Amino acid sequence: MSTTSNQPVDYNLKVVKQFTVMTIIWGIIGMVVGVLIAAQLVWPALNFDTPWLTYSRLRPLHTNAVIFAFGTSALFATAYYVVQKTCQVRLFSDRLAAFTFWGWQAVIVSAVITLPLGITTTKEYAELEWPISILIAIVWVAFIIVFFGTLAIRRTSHIYVANWFYGAFMIAVAMLHIGNNLVIPVSFWKSYSIYSGAVDAMMQWWYGHNAVGFLLTAGFLGMMYYFVPKQAERPVYSYRLSIVHFWALITIYIWAGPHHLHYTALPDWAQSVGMVMSVILFVPSWGGMINGIMTLSGAWHKLRTDPILRFLIVSLSFYGMSTFEGPMMAIKSVNALSHYTDWTVGHVHSGALGWVAMISIGAIYHLIPILFDRERMYSIKLINTHFWLHTIGVVLYIVAMWISGVMQGLMWRAVNSDGTLTYSFVESLEASYPFYFVRFIGGVFVVAGMLIMGYNVWKTIRTNQVRSSEPLAAQPA
Amino acid sequence: MSSFWSWWIIVLTLGSLVAIGLLLWWNMKNFTDVEEGESMGHEFDGIIELNNPLPTWWTVLFWICLAWGLLYLLLYPGLGNFPGLLKWQSANQFVLSLEESQQAKIDAREAGFNVQYDRERVRADEVFGPIFQQYASLEIAEIAQDRDALRIGQRLFLQNCAQCHGSDARGSQGFPNLTDGVFNWGSSPQHIYTTIMEGRQAAMPAFGDQLGSQGIAEMTAYVLSLSGRTVDRDLARAGEQQWMVCAACHGQDGKGNPALGAPDLTNNVWTYGGSERAINETLMYGRNGVMPAFKDILGEDKVKILSGYILSLSQ
Repeated sequence: MSTTSNQPVDYNLKVVKQFTVMTIIWGIIGMVVGVLIAAQLVWPALNFDTPWLTYSRLRPLHTNAVIFAFGTSALFATAYYVVQKTCQVRLFSDRLAAFTFWGWQAVIVSAVITLPLGITTTKEYAELEWPISILIAIVWVAFIIVFFGTLAIRRTSHIYVANWFYGAFMIAVAMLHIGNNLVIPVSFWKSYSIYSGAVDAMMQWWYGHNAVGFLLTAGFLGMMYYFVPKQAERPVYSYRLSIVHFWALITIYIWAGPHHLHYTALPDWAQSVGMVMSVILFVPSWGGMINGIMTLSGAWHKLRTDPILRFLIVSLSFYGMSTFEGPMMAIKSVNALSHYTDWTVGHVHSGALGWVAMISIGAIYHLIPILFDRERMYSIKLINTHFWLHTIGVVLYIVAMWISGVMQGLMWRAVNSDGTLTYSFVESLEASYPFYFVRFIGGVFVVAGMLIMGYNVWKTIRTNQVRSSEPLAAQPA
Repeated sequence: MSSFWSWWIIVLTLGSLVAIGLLLWWNMKNFTDVEEGESMGHEFDGIIELNNPLPTWWTVLFWICLAWGLLYLLLYPGLGNFPGLLKWQSANQFVLSLEESQQAKIDAREAGFNVQYDRERVRADEVFGPIFQQYASLEIAEIAQDRDALRIGQRLFLQNCAQCHGSDARGSQGFPNLTDGVFNWGSSPQHIYTTIMEGRQAAMPAFGDQLGSQGIAEMTAYVLSLSGRTVDRDLARAGEQQWMVCAACHGQDGKGNPALGAPDLTNNVWTYGGSERAINETLMYGRNGVMPAFKDILGEDKVKILSGYILSLSQ
């Protein structure tokens, strides 16, 4: 196995390759399921009167597949790659790393089987029942051991900022997962939470929002801090900004959960604290965006020719947009309008498809030629096609959900002159149909892009040739 | 909560905010021995880091957000048991019943606290109360003829009743159809009004133990025959022998008793389904129908308009 570095280090790239390839495969599967359930909202007959294909069972399958199969595989792949490269040392334990790969695939396959069967804890993003939860915890601890073990034997004097974020994400996710999944099993496939009432809701959203905060944000910031400067070939803009926004981000994020429970039975003090912290969180979040985008100083022209860099930088723009939108939606009076509407769904996808998916896709396009010892990807033009399909898809999706969400919020609160509500729920649902269709089209664009990526990657790995219409000489600088 | 947990929250919340302020302040100055804009001197797989200062606008934004956060926690509940200078509350907390809620509302108003939910209720009553009051002098039967009142009644119905009785008021399994003119608790305007105001509890006892499965099958046949359905005559005749058990509520002729809410069994209108299997189940296991009381939720004026609307549906 060759490496691109001149250092005589024999990196473990096998596990990185495995996770990278699975990221693409799970990404396609997870997003196809997403498009199917988006279509079901437009054409309900698409559940074919089959329990396993109903929206209620496929929706958790979609979220689990994109977050834990696609997103987390990308995090495993890049964390293992980045920690080796920036510590100039091979992974702490090859065996344990292989265990995390196969263990994690087992978790995903279990999810793919149990969720359509209706086996669920009913906790959002923590639906997997206790035997699978335990397996997740074991694999995760192994992940932490491999990662921190590698940091411990590093050959560099400092720990690079990307690894701060990866490390924080791993520890926080372990704590959240174990905390929220404490249950009493009643049978092999059924358990009950040890928490009840408002406490259970608070635990769930402490977990739920920090799955976003640590897994989908801190983890991917780690990815950003390696792949953006690497692909742009520019130094990181500000070391001190890294310090402030890292520590502020991880300190504040853990408080943000209660904004999911505004105007509920949760005590007022908890709602207030959650809202205050969520609003302040806006600033450290933007610290990461600034540091990423300013890293491009003096290399802006590269965006014109390099679609991989375009993926990375546009992902940061979506990150900035979502982290402005999120704190705004956490303000109680805004939340009174946005909560329970499609606006939330749009917000999540501007983060998930705009930030998480685009930074991962950019990182994968950067990684594949290195991992498989190729000059470059089979086709740069196809990367560019993917970029535009994905961007158009995301924009269609989030704009449709913004309009639909705000409309729903306004319809639900509209009152007649006698103080009665103007619309029934069904009327707001009917009004949402055109936007559900636009969302479906947006999803089709995103999946089309992913399929093109799959083809491009397959060609790169299989043929070791570049597309005949794009000879190597035409490779962008 | 106990003062321990209250202080726990206060210390952690303020401690975190102060720590972040210190972190920001510390990084605003160049504490490193590297000049601003220069490389920090670390190199990781070809990546170097510059020592650029924090962007000023970002730093200012950070201070503003931190200051706003502290101000908010001063004004609103957030720091443990400290209620905030505005004494604002979203709702009366820890109430478990309508009575407690009403008492809490009175207490809160007397104490001068600003409970948002109560405030909105009071304001809504002030603004919209007169609209409902103008129909208070009308008879329910007159309301059923008044187009404007019916429009209000329909909206009240869609928001408060449609969840069970359906948006077309035709009900569903276990929830009576309100459009067919059949009312188990009486169809006069006053009866309908009382049903909505006070609620109803319609208990059909279980007869499985008493009659046994053969007895239930016989009684099912007899009950079906009352509304002219084709049944096994021998079974029905055997069921008739036991009828006095049922006659206590449903009457000798099976025409029911509105005073008890016992349904008429001869009109082929069934709350819990009229199939042989459904009636068998009703007899075997009994039923327990509950119509909630809306007196404390909607008040007399709105219930009156609603009664007029319900009456109009069956006319």
